[in-house]
Amino acid sequence: MIRVENVCKSFGLLEVLKGVSCYVAPREVVCVIGPSGSGKSTLLRCINQLETVQSGDVMINGMDITHPSIDINKIRQQVGMVFQLFNLFPHKTTLENITLAPTKILKISPAEAHQRAVTLLGKVGLLDKADVYPHKLSGGQKQRVAIARALAMQPKVMLFDEPTSALDPEMVGEVLEVMKDLAHEGMTMMVVTHEMGFAREVGHRVMFMDEGVIVEEGTPAHLFDNPQNPRTKAFLSKVL
Amino acid sequence: MTQLTSCIFGFNIVEKMMDIHGFEVVTNNFSSFMVGALVTLELTALAVAFGMILGLVFGLLRLAPNFKIGYHLSGLYIDFFRGTPLFVQILLLYFGVLPFFGDIGAFTSAVIACSLNSGAYIAEIVRAGIQAIDQGQMEAGRSLGMNQRQAMWYIILPQAYKVVIPPLINEFIAMLKDTSLVSIIGVSELTLRGKLVYASTYEPAWVWGTIAIIYFIMTKLLAMFGDYMERRLATE
Ligand SMILES: Nc1ncnc2c1ncn2[C@@H]1O[C@H](COP(=O)(O)OP(=O)(O)O)[C@@H](O)[C@H]1O
Ligand SMILES: [Mg+2]
Repeated sequence: MIRVENVCKSFGLLEVLKGVSCYVAPREVVCVIGPSGSGKSTLLRCINQLETVQSGDVMINGMDITHPSIDINKIRQQVGMVFQLFNLFPHKTTLENITLAPTKILKISPAEAHQRAVTLLGKVGLLDKADVYPHKLSGGQKQRVAIARALAMQPKVMLFDEPTSALDPEMVGEVLEVMKDLAHEGMTMMVVTHEMGFAREVGHRVMFMDEGVIVEEGTPAHLFDNPQNPRTKAFLSKVL
Repeated sequence: MTQLTSCIFGFNIVEKMMDIHGFEVVTNNFSSFMVGALVTLELTALAVAFGMILGLVFGLLRLAPNFKIGYHLSGLYIDFFRGTPLFVQILLLYFGVLPFFGDIGAFTSAVIACSLNSGAYIAEIVRAGIQAIDQGQMEAGRSLGMNQRQAMWYIILPQAYKVVIPPLINEFIAMLKDTSLVSIIGVSELTLRGKLVYASTYEPAWVWGTIAIIYFIMTKLLAMFGDYMERRLATE
């Protein structure tokens, strides 16, 4: 589904990704953990080309999307992204946030988009907030709308960049619950997170990233209970 | 003796103020002033309307550094028209440039000069307004599969316009005052009409006082409209 090969990315002189390779198989949930500043967000953003890479390849469904001839907008329609700070459109209602891209980009009919949005709002438990503007929503509600908005494009894979890091603790659960449902439905997901409980329970594979490289990866049981690398051990001893 | 006392008690001034002549000058020419004010308004409205089109185009170009020609051309345009006096621009255009394009009237020439000038300031307003919108909004749009233009149109501009309206109204007010400069090329707007009446009557206080008040009323009304818009946008 996603295959990243030897990707390097620098901002000026700062090398953020130093030859990262990884993959996400169809229906797999991969969690990425690691200290802040280690390049986790940059890796996700390179996967949908919000950042251009200096070298290496990003393959999605077997297509090298770093190639200039690729229509990146078409690719992004299949790759949903959920941001740490939600990035809902403040001038649109909850419902309009969800229907905007499907009607304008996929050109599906307003009625169908509306139906799709209502179904998704039901799924994330926010049907009663359909006509509310984002500033009236709590953080957890905003993030659930953001997830619904991404799902409305019917993506093949979802990227989550610390979706619960900006939330008050009591709202973390409701968002993780939605993500868990999504995983159980078989969505392919790559999740950057500090929620070790989620990574352990929902993740099929966990990658530990530090200083621009993937230091260690494996099943949650392997990585959390029996880490091999000293850097992994040091990080886990701090967060667990 | 009477001279002295009247000086001491300020009778001279009072006498002058009671002088019916100045008042008559104003009332006799009031309809002409009103027509001048309309010309001023028309000039301002046209300049800001064209200025908005120019400003949107050049402001957007200023945000597209990858489109090198457009980016640099826009920078040059903005720098030139903000970096030289409007007065000089009006003269240059009317006497120096437009004669090469045939007989273009003073009014049209004034509209072009003011539009170009306004466009440069509005381009900066547009650029700042768009840059005030959180970067994450563009990224959210792009990550849903929108191209740059779609995200700009559906997401950024509908938010930026709220940021842009207050400074735009300020620009409108500034332009309204600055159109007085086109009196130099003979556009018969408010200030030129003042000049003509003053020259034939020699009542500077009455004439320029009246002209000032008319300008003030127009800018005040615009400012009040601006405050109203700002309040409305804030509650939206
Ligand atoms: N647009 C950018 N310009 C310059 N430096 C950046 C930019 N984005 C991220 N960085 C830097 O790259 C490093 C990795 O950032 P990031 O990928 O956000 O880490 P993480 O998500 O793991 O916390 C940090 O040192 C950060 O300051
Ligand atoms: Mg991050």
